[in-house]
Amino acid sequence: MKVLLSKIAVLGLGGLPILVLAWILIDISYSGLSEISWSFLTEVPTNAGRSGGISSVIVSTLWVVSIATMISTFIGLATAIILSELSAKWEKFCLIVRWSLDILAGVPSIVFGLFGNAFFSQVCGFGFSILSGALTLTVMMLPFFIRVAEEGLRQVPNVYRKTGYALGMRPLSVTFKIVVPQASKAIVIGLVLSLARAMSETAALLFTSGYVERWPESVFDSGRVLSIHIYDLAMNVPGGIERANASALVLIGLLIAINLIIYSIADFWQRKRVV
Amino acid sequence: MVISLTAIAVVALIYVFIFSEALSFGSNVGFLHLVTDESWNPTNGKYNIIPIVVGTLLTTTLAMFIAGPVGLASAILGLEFRTYRRAIYRRCLEVLGGIPSVVIGLWGLTTIVPLVLKIRAPGASLLAGGIVLSLMVIPTIALVSLSSFESVPEIDIKTGHALGFSRWSVVWRIIVPQSRKGIATGIILGIGRAIGETMVVLMVCGNVIQVPGTIFDPVRTLTANIALEMAYALDDHRSALFATAAVLLIFVTIFVIISDRFSSEIQ
Repeated sequence: MKVLLSKIAVLGLGGLPILVLAWILIDISYSGLSEISWSFLTEVPTNAGRSGGISSVIVSTLWVVSIATMISTFIGLATAIILSELSAKWEKFCLIVRWSLDILAGVPSIVFGLFGNAFFSQVCGFGFSILSGALTLTVMMLPFFIRVAEEGLRQVPNVYRKTGYALGMRPLSVTFKIVVPQASKAIVIGLVLSLARAMSETAALLFTSGYVERWPESVFDSGRVLSIHIYDLAMNVPGGIERANASALVLIGLLIAINLIIYSIADFWQRKRVV
Repeated sequence: MVISLTAIAVVALIYVFIFSEALSFGSNVGFLHLVTDESWNPTNGKYNIIPIVVGTLLTTTLAMFIAGPVGLASAILGLEFRTYRRAIYRRCLEVLGGIPSVVIGLWGLTTIVPLVLKIRAPGASLLAGGIVLSLMVIPTIALVSLSSFESVPEIDIKTGHALGFSRWSVVWRIIVPQSRKGIATGIILGIGRAIGETMVVLMVCGNVIQVPGTIFDPVRTLTANIALEMAYALDDHRSALFATAAVLLIFVTIFVIISDRFSSEIQ
């Protein structure tokens, strides 16, 4: 009897997250789909988002996320290579880097927002702009991307490196011509996952990339990203809930699309390298 | 080498910026004001953050009371699936964890808040916050616990079966006790996430600064307070917000250190 009750409890409670997931997705699609149309995707928002579309918001989102991704690919990959290839040589240094990354990973996003506002917007003088938002997101993305990329680099068998050295290759070319291509799939996957995180971020962008819903002219303009648009419509605009649901649906659609596209690129890329 | 210094530099910069602003609050106004003033009313120079800290602690506690059992139960349920079915189950939990927090907040605002409202006004409350926040934490607890369930040695499970344990007893008396540390790590990570979460609590908790009498009363958390007031905060008010951010940062750093210790013990 006791066992039966426990089983029912496990099934009931344990199934809950999946049911709620379905509930959320169905709920949002149900009330969002009716609002989505071609003009919703191609027009600039008017009347605080109650009418018009979300085109400028999508463009700002893509700007912020792609700049953040480019910078963190560069810095993240370099750090991951050092952590995996040189950890034996610079043990202490790598230990400190890892420790800092762990702390960075735990910092709440609103604190990143405050830091970005104080440092990128004010000290660096970028103001409320796409650039300060992107730089703040870069800082947020780094720890996660570096962890995944390092893991991928470590999984390249040591024999490959030794073969490279035996053929007389220099350490740098061993790293870039053998190890990095072999780990390319893990690196790309890490990048996509951190990109998805960047795209879902709201709190860090409230005080860095700002609220302005116009079409962004340059990276020094303030640009409203999708998640902030959703928040603003839901909280500050009476009668904005349907539009918020529609924007949420677009955001989820973008996240799924990015995942699919880049996973297939990674697959293709790896196949080409191996042959 | 130079580039990877960025990681250290950024952490140092964050601490320097947050704490220097917080310290300027200390020298201009004094930290004692954070706990002795009669209310939080920065435009009149009143800076009592205790009701807000209580709000944060209560929402986090409530969320953990919901997410702990549910997360553990989902991890146990995950054990019932084998091979590719478990991979799909994992993927579903990851999707739940990957839904943008602002979208979960929106859903909470349109679904959970009206449900709570049916029981008692005003709807946007500690209870709604706890429920929606727990959704953000459940995937973390479930996935970390499931991984540590899987690392229980096969031989222990087989011994259990050989001794005639039922499937349930094997799970409850062998697998779960052996994964204590993994479960604890998941819960600590979850607490860290719940304390730092901004959008969800901002959208469903009602944001009234008070120590709530019942779970149906609205509350405001540290993170929501920063998000709400930063837009117009100046001078001492601004540094007061940085001081609250410093409090958050200290909380989170402590949790990172604890969970690091746990995970290194597991290895």
